[in-house]
Amino acid sequence: MTGELAIDVRDLVKTFGHKRVVNQVSLQVKRGEIFGFLGPNGSGKTTTIRMMCGLLTPDSGSGTCLGYDILKESAKIKRHVGYMTQKFSYWEDLTMRENLDFVARMYNMDNRREAVDEALEGLGLTERANQLVGALSGGWKQRLALAACMLHKPELLLLDEPTAGVDPSARRDFWEELHQLARKGISVLVSTHYMDEAERCHKLAYIFNGNLLVQGTSSEVIASQHIGTWAIHGEHLAELSEQLQRTPGIEQTVLFGTVLHVSGSNPVLLEKQLRQAIAGTSLKLEPMETGLEDVFIYLMKHTQVNGDKAV
Amino acid sequence: MTLFSKPGFSRWWSMVVKEFLQLKRDRLTFGMIVGIPIMQLTLFGFAINSDPKHMPTALIVNDHSEITRTIISTLKNSDYFEIVGELPDEEAGRRALAQGDIQFVINIPVDFTKNMLRGERPAVLIEADATDPTATGMALSSLNQVFEYVARKDLTGPLAQLVPAPPPFEARVQRMYNPEGNTHFNVVPGLMGVILTMTMVLMTGLAITRERERGTMENLLAMPLRPFEVMAGKILPYIVIGLIQATLILIAARLLFNIPFFGSIFSLYFATYIFIAANLMVGITISSLARNQLQAMQMTFFFFLPNILLSGFMFPFRGMPYWAQIIGNILPLTHFHRVVRGIILKGNEFGDLWQSR
Repeated sequence: MTGELAIDVRDLVKTFGHKRVVNQVSLQVKRGEIFGFLGPNGSGKTTTIRMMCGLLTPDSGSGTCLGYDILKESAKIKRHVGYMTQKFSYWEDLTMRENLDFVARMYNMDNRREAVDEALEGLGLTERANQLVGALSGGWKQRLALAACMLHKPELLLLDEPTAGVDPSARRDFWEELHQLARKGISVLVSTHYMDEAERCHKLAYIFNGNLLVQGTSSEVIASQHIGTWAIHGEHLAELSEQLQRTPGIEQTVLFGTVLHVSGSNPVLLEKQLRQAIAGTSLKLEPMETGLEDVFIYLMKHTQVNGDKAV
Repeated sequence: MTLFSKPGFSRWWSMVVKEFLQLKRDRLTFGMIVGIPIMQLTLFGFAINSDPKHMPTALIVNDHSEITRTIISTLKNSDYFEIVGELPDEEAGRRALAQGDIQFVINIPVDFTKNMLRGERPAVLIEADATDPTATGMALSSLNQVFEYVARKDLTGPLAQLVPAPPPFEARVQRMYNPEGNTHFNVVPGLMGVILTMTMVLMTGLAITRERERGTMENLLAMPLRPFEVMAGKILPYIVIGLIQATLILIAARLLFNIPFFGSIFSLYFATYIFIAANLMVGITISSLARNQLQAMQMTFFFFLPNILLSGFMFPFRGMPYWAQIIGNILPLTHFHRVVRGIILKGNEFGDLWQSR
């Protein structure tokens, strides 16, 4: 229980039918850490999370969650883990209070009423406590879901795309809350598609087609790919982008309105090609730090090829 | 054997509370619980009649005499035949039958009286639209009585010798449990099982697939709740609902249909309770197979149809071939019919019920 690691799983494998959804995934999450779990849709994030909290038995692999064996002690894991599903999974035909009360009963909490009152107060929802959940907006539902999965004071939160479909300011508040929780020593594993959220995590892992490609801090992840990135400022960059994609030495172009990010793994060749490409135009070229997004798109494109070969 | 630990019991109870809260808010389902029994009972209880009377009948009379007039007037007075008109010939009779305008054509041939007086036993030809055997059966078997009555009434004096002597013994029939042959004595208690089967199987079938469809099942699974507690929590509210429905039906049976009640109400509720539980198990099984509510609904109807047709509710159980009786005996409804009719109409006790078939 007192170990350093909240999650420590090794070589998790899960196959559905003929499709290997999770392939040899190993993950370590320290206590009090916010761990970002990234990857495109259908890459195996949810399946991995479900295996870690004992909802799904892996075909092979082993590990512990809060010191409990994920294969044998799923009942104990459930008591100490808060799992927030990707799809809102509370009862829309119950009120907020009824939902929270139900959860509190499920965990056999002694001070049920106080805990529910406290949670409602924490949400600032005391007045709306008797409103049906179905009538709430997406942001409120998400806050309710977080409050509900926090109700039994778990030591580890597993959040599966908690901010999908939530507006930016609600997302920001949500992340403030996560950091406060982490400060109290609660570990958080959160899957997301948003780069700004990824950057707010202590550590990251990127999973694609069931394979864990990189894992580490955000700068470690960026450094691990050894790619250089340049920015081209100017107008009408779409044409240039297309042209550059066919140029050897340039592996990736990403267009952001008036800025074009161009990445490649050979810095010398990359710079040479770029200078050639913009020669004689009014475009401005400057080196930049490779961002997480550049790295993830790079990872995705390049593993797709490898992945296809592997299959 | 302890199915429940103490915390397990409290989790189960909160599952029950949740189900009731959800039911309370689901107006349609709630309406179904009360509406279905009342509606079906009044509809079917009053509508179903396996002894139809006053069926449209056409006459073809080619011989007019005192005896044929008596035959016709006796037919008119019997409950089964309503003479709607006379047709010129057999051709017209066939046409009217084919079109479904009439149920029977009664044809009194030429020289009927003359041949009868000669002792040739002439026939009154009756053509019936027998597509539905129950519609014609009782009426046709009543005909011999009609003719015997006419013969004894009209053929007196020297003609009496034409009437054959009755057999030296008679059949004395005692219609037990339902002396007047009221169809609804049979149908109304039967409906109790039918209604319970439909609502119970459907509701539990939907109850669990609904959690799956809405994604809330994942949440239940992630909580320290055991599958048994989920199922047991889903079952209890519906047992209560089933008993409420049964009560509604029994009250209606008494007040609306005047069904006599000979047995013990306790035995009946006990049997109903077991029957409800059996149906809920079927519903739970369906919900574990179905992926969504639509599939659960389809499976329920797949289960429901043989229940109606093979359980002895609609057609006599003993009329079915042996293999169909085996299928019928698998269905809980078949046994419930016997038990309910046994208790309500025959006043059976547990001992009788245990061995009844």
